[in-house]
Amino acid sequence: MTVQREQTLPAVSGKPSSDSRTKDGKPRGPHRQLGPKLVPYLFLLPFLLLFIFFLILPLVYALGISMFEDRLVGGSVFIGAENYLRAFRDQAFLDGVGRMLLFGVVQVPIMLALALTFALILESGLVRFRKFFRLAIFLPYAIPSVVAALTWGYLYGPTFGPFTQAAEFLNITPPRFLSEAGMLPSLGNIVTWEFTGYNMIILYAALQAVPPELREASSVDGATGWQIARYIKIPLIAPALVLTTVFSIIGTLQLFNEPSIMGAIAPTVIQNDYTPNLYAYNLAFQNQQYNFSAAISFALGFIVFVGSFTFMTAMNRRNAT
Amino acid sequence: MVQASVTDRPPVLRHRNSSRNIATLVMLLFLVYFFLPLFWLVVSSTKTNSQLFSSFGLWVASTINIVENVRDVFAYDDGVYLTWLLNTAQYAVISAVGAAFLATLSGYAFAKFRFRGRNTAFAAILGSIMVPQTALVIPTYLLLSKIGLINTPLAVILPSLVNPLGVYLMRVYSEQSVPDELIDAARVDGAGELRIFWSVAFRILTPGFVTVLLLSFVATWNNYFLPLTVLSEPTLYPVTVGLAAWNDLASASGAAQALYTLVITGALIAILPLIAAFLFLQRYWQGGLTFGSVK
Repeated sequence: MTVQREQTLPAVSGKPSSDSRTKDGKPRGPHRQLGPKLVPYLFLLPFLLLFIFFLILPLVYALGISMFEDRLVGGSVFIGAENYLRAFRDQAFLDGVGRMLLFGVVQVPIMLALALTFALILESGLVRFRKFFRLAIFLPYAIPSVVAALTWGYLYGPTFGPFTQAAEFLNITPPRFLSEAGMLPSLGNIVTWEFTGYNMIILYAALQAVPPELREASSVDGATGWQIARYIKIPLIAPALVLTTVFSIIGTLQLFNEPSIMGAIAPTVIQNDYTPNLYAYNLAFQNQQYNFSAAISFALGFIVFVGSFTFMTAMNRRNAT
Repeated sequence: MVQASVTDRPPVLRHRNSSRNIATLVMLLFLVYFFLPLFWLVVSSTKTNSQLFSSFGLWVASTINIVENVRDVFAYDDGVYLTWLLNTAQYAVISAVGAAFLATLSGYAFAKFRFRGRNTAFAAILGSIMVPQTALVIPTYLLLSKIGLINTPLAVILPSLVNPLGVYLMRVYSEQSVPDELIDAARVDGAGELRIFWSVAFRILTPGFVTVLLLSFVATWNNYFLPLTVLSEPTLYPVTVGLAAWNDLASASGAAQALYTLVITGALIAILPLIAAFLFLQRYWQGGLTFGSVK
């Protein structure tokens, strides 16, 4: 699994030329002080220690405790995969995953389509003040998601939100952004606002790497700007599109900050299990069900991983053929 | 008249002009969209709590109340807001400097040395970029509570020092920018490896270092889930968790208390340092997201 991952990610964004320079495998030049064998390990040691303690260990630990159950009599008891069977039968968890999938299927394409459109427009030189536009669209990435969610939450609000105020002024029914039906699109809008610019920057950078000869050749051949974009640029930046899609899938499935803030503003709509991540958090910190919570986190992590991995291999295969 | 002059032009040019206008119009519309929340935040931070309800949200009210609002934010609850800001700065600065330094050291080692376990270790680090935070935060909480680090600054800082993407970026950057010949020459001159790293390589790697520093800084400044989980003592909160707590209070108590203005003005103050960093260090921001993808 890990070996495959190493092959896929660098392929997406510039493979480090790990094997090009020292094919013979010998360190170059004499090493006088520290033993040459030891040096790289010393360089890596601080990072690897923290990596093991805060990445590997929590994962192993979560997997471990997810297979136990705390009982009033007998303490911690090994129950194998039972928490996972329970998780995949748990309606609250499944509803949350379903909600996030629905969210992702609608929001991710809209956000990436916007990001791609902006990147193409800005890169093609169609508009003036490109630098300013690029900066303005990217700016929300610097805003903490807590502040973004708070601000949009107030904008949506039925009391002092400007949309409601405008609707009341015009004597029409105010939009109900915070209702049961309105919440998912409202959250989608917040996430789109936050991350369109981030994705645009990645796609813009990929577009700049498209060799200018290619587009010059095609414009000499009489291709329109749209045709150059559709048939030359977009296929060439497919790896960057795959990368942004995968990061978006990962982000979507573990949505937490925005719904958690909106939960305070609209408590009847966003309940404890609105997203799987919110559910895991509340299981652990409200119900003290750490074991089951770990199983939920791990199951969610597994779904995220399988989802992004499947998408990436599918895309790699499609690109290969 | 206008029609006539447009149709006089050669068709290709006319086409180009109209798509230019449409593109500019589209971009301007979206500019309004991207600025709307920030504009509202600035306008609302000038209002009193009752003006918030009585005046139109997208324009200022009859009086400008921002000085009082800022004073209230820093005075509320014995000035806890300033503590939150300082906490955030502390967590973000230490985490960012540490994470960038560790990532540079490791990225350089991966790029410039060959050693046993190199590919396995790098594959594990790359793979971990895909591991969702979710799967980590709750077990991290449980592990930290076992060693008594819950409710300490270290509970936020230590996990934030691990930036796998930073290691990846610094490896690519080291490979591209530090020539092997330079390292060899320094070795021939008798410099130790640590000295070579510090006085030869690190100078060249500084732009990459600053990029990872900025990315880590923003990630820690904006982090909510981790501090929410590992801190329960309000004087240790970063500003994100503090604002969320104020918002809970404001939403629970409704219009009766003047808490909305606190949340709004507090939110505005909290994003100012980031916007400043964002504007002054743009080159590094955008560089960070791109130098992995430009070969």
